[in-house]
Amino acid sequence: MSGHSNYEPKSGFEKWLDVRLPIIRLGYDSLVDFPTPKNLNYWYTFGGILAVCLGIQIVTGIILAMHYVAHVDMAFASVEHIMRDVNYGWLVRYMHSNGASMFFLAVYVHMFRGLYYGSYKAPREVLWLLGCVIYMLMIITAFMGYVLPWGQMSFHGAVVITNLIGAIPVIGPAITTWLWGGFAVDDPTLNRFFSLHYLMPFMIAGVVGLHIWALHVPGNNNPAGVDVKSKEDTVPFHPYYTVKDGFAISVFLLMYAAFVFFNPNALGDAVNYVPANPLVTPAHIVPEWYLLPFYAILRAVPDKLMGVIFMGGAIAMLFLLPWLDTSKVRSMRYRPTAKLYFFIFVIVTMILGYCGGQLPDNKIIPGLTTFQVAASDLNSVVWLSRLATAYYFAYFLIILPVLGLTETPLPQPESISEPVLSHSANAPVGAAASPEKRG
Amino acid sequence: MRRRRFQTSGPALECVLRDLNQNSDWVEVGRRPLFSPQLKGSFKVASTVVGATPEHHTGGEDPNRRDFIHIAATVAAVGAAGGLAWPFIDQMNPAADTLALASVEFDLSKVETGQQVVIKWRGKPLFIRHRSGKEIASAIKDNHADLRDPQTDEERHKAGKAEWLILIGTCTHLGCVPTFGGGDYGGWFCPCHGSHYDTSGRIRKGPAPKNLAVPEYTFLSDSKVKVG
Repeated sequence: MSGHSNYEPKSGFEKWLDVRLPIIRLGYDSLVDFPTPKNLNYWYTFGGILAVCLGIQIVTGIILAMHYVAHVDMAFASVEHIMRDVNYGWLVRYMHSNGASMFFLAVYVHMFRGLYYGSYKAPREVLWLLGCVIYMLMIITAFMGYVLPWGQMSFHGAVVITNLIGAIPVIGPAITTWLWGGFAVDDPTLNRFFSLHYLMPFMIAGVVGLHIWALHVPGNNNPAGVDVKSKEDTVPFHPYYTVKDGFAISVFLLMYAAFVFFNPNALGDAVNYVPANPLVTPAHIVPEWYLLPFYAILRAVPDKLMGVIFMGGAIAMLFLLPWLDTSKVRSMRYRPTAKLYFFIFVIVTMILGYCGGQLPDNKIIPGLTTFQVAASDLNSVVWLSRLATAYYFAYFLIILPVLGLTETPLPQPESISEPVLSHSANAPVGAAASPEKRG
Repeated sequence: MRRRRFQTSGPALECVLRDLNQNSDWVEVGRRPLFSPQLKGSFKVASTVVGATPEHHTGGEDPNRRDFIHIAATVAAVGAAGGLAWPFIDQMNPAADTLALASVEFDLSKVETGQQVVIKWRGKPLFIRHRSGKEIASAIKDNHADLRDPQTDEERHKAGKAEWLILIGTCTHLGCVPTFGGGDYGGWFCPCHGSHYDTSGRIRKGPAPKNLAVPEYTFLSDSKVKVG
């Protein structure tokens, strides 16, 4: 997509096409000849895995739309019809519902990899921002998709999330009514969610195109975090990374298939197999696992508007990250202090996920009653959520900005090749090939 | 681009271009920023390269007919797009049949003292609670307690009908349906995020900002109400 091209059309047809629509050149430059840092590890395969996830969701989704009926009286039954009557409908639906979970699993690994190796830093800020946009579109798409089966969780999840918008002063309630197309979540809501749920994956695909474009301008970041200095530092994308990505995709699909075939409902909520009833809210209402950390942040704040602001702020932090992290060193391999705080951050997001799945008043240590702080027992999920929320924001707003100015990073290698080749500098030719002598 | 090519094409072509410039100013207007008269200076320098400055441009600040037509066309296009945007946005608001949803009538004799019946009204649950004397007393007792959304119990039921509490059954936090009789105050408890309501439906504890809403309703007789 950028830089010079080494493509040489061979056949007559390729030559003919190349001066009219150089699409083979584009593919060759982006997927075959593209110079890629030679030290990428398996954490870097998740971009490819995500592309496969998006493809699977679009294909299975189009099939499901052929059998699904977006009407409050028929939606639930049509999903059961897909599960019981449509040929292989169960397979396609389980692929789609578990595919959403796999998609988020992969995107979280992809994001943590970017956080760890500093992939959001100059000159990759736009690449990172586009990734954040994709993530937001994914959240909205997944939320709308979850509403479509019109089970109890679908319905009351939609009620809770759309009511979040009502927290906006003055115009909030009008926006909520506009979104609902009525005075409650009802048939108009279901219909428009179906329409938008069908649209948004294609929007995601469009932004993915921009994301890859923005990737191919500066090229990949890499685990060392130093820029590519010479041709020595890179290998062509094909066959080196097509094979590596291909292997990782295969392993990932194995795990995916294990869910689809052996435990397809493990990641879902059984309550969603109860048809939606607007008059009864399930006793314990929770979003899907991939949104639990945000749900925990929402509940950690005892004020409606502030809860919504904090939840939105949690995602806004990701958008601001390139300008919050003041360190010039990209990879946390060379930032031992930052690395420590990063791993605490990963654990904190998991704690938030755990808290989001619990009732706010549940005890952390069973049977222990401590003292009340701000109307809640200190030994409760809500207080754990508060502490974790505080760390989440502190990581972005205090730790990363301050650390970049105060820490002493380890020396970075001169180039990607240097850590490997430095030992061979004075050694005879051939010694570099001895793996046991490498640093 | 075009101009440079013309310049290198010899004097004859330049003459043609000069003629063209004097007769009609399409070359200049096409390159000139519409709303920045201060750039006209540089524009003039550029135009003197080909040696022609149309008469009505030397005045500088006066808008000409072409400026007018550009502005008018832009305004018309923006206006049309804006006018068309509204139907595209407004189509998502409640449709006429949704707005026309009839009010409901309800026979109160079905509700025993201490019970609550939930009916659906405008797609939302409606609580119809037949309060016991003890529940009414506890609601009145808390009239001057530390309330987040201060209201007396009298403001929440019809005069002389203290036993009948009719409320919209959605939590004012995020719209879940609170469960009857739960919570620290014996009114309702919202299972979603732990809001406690008292026996008057007032918010007492938890994240909800407001009391459970009282809909518009009238007593048709002692045992019949019309909501909406």
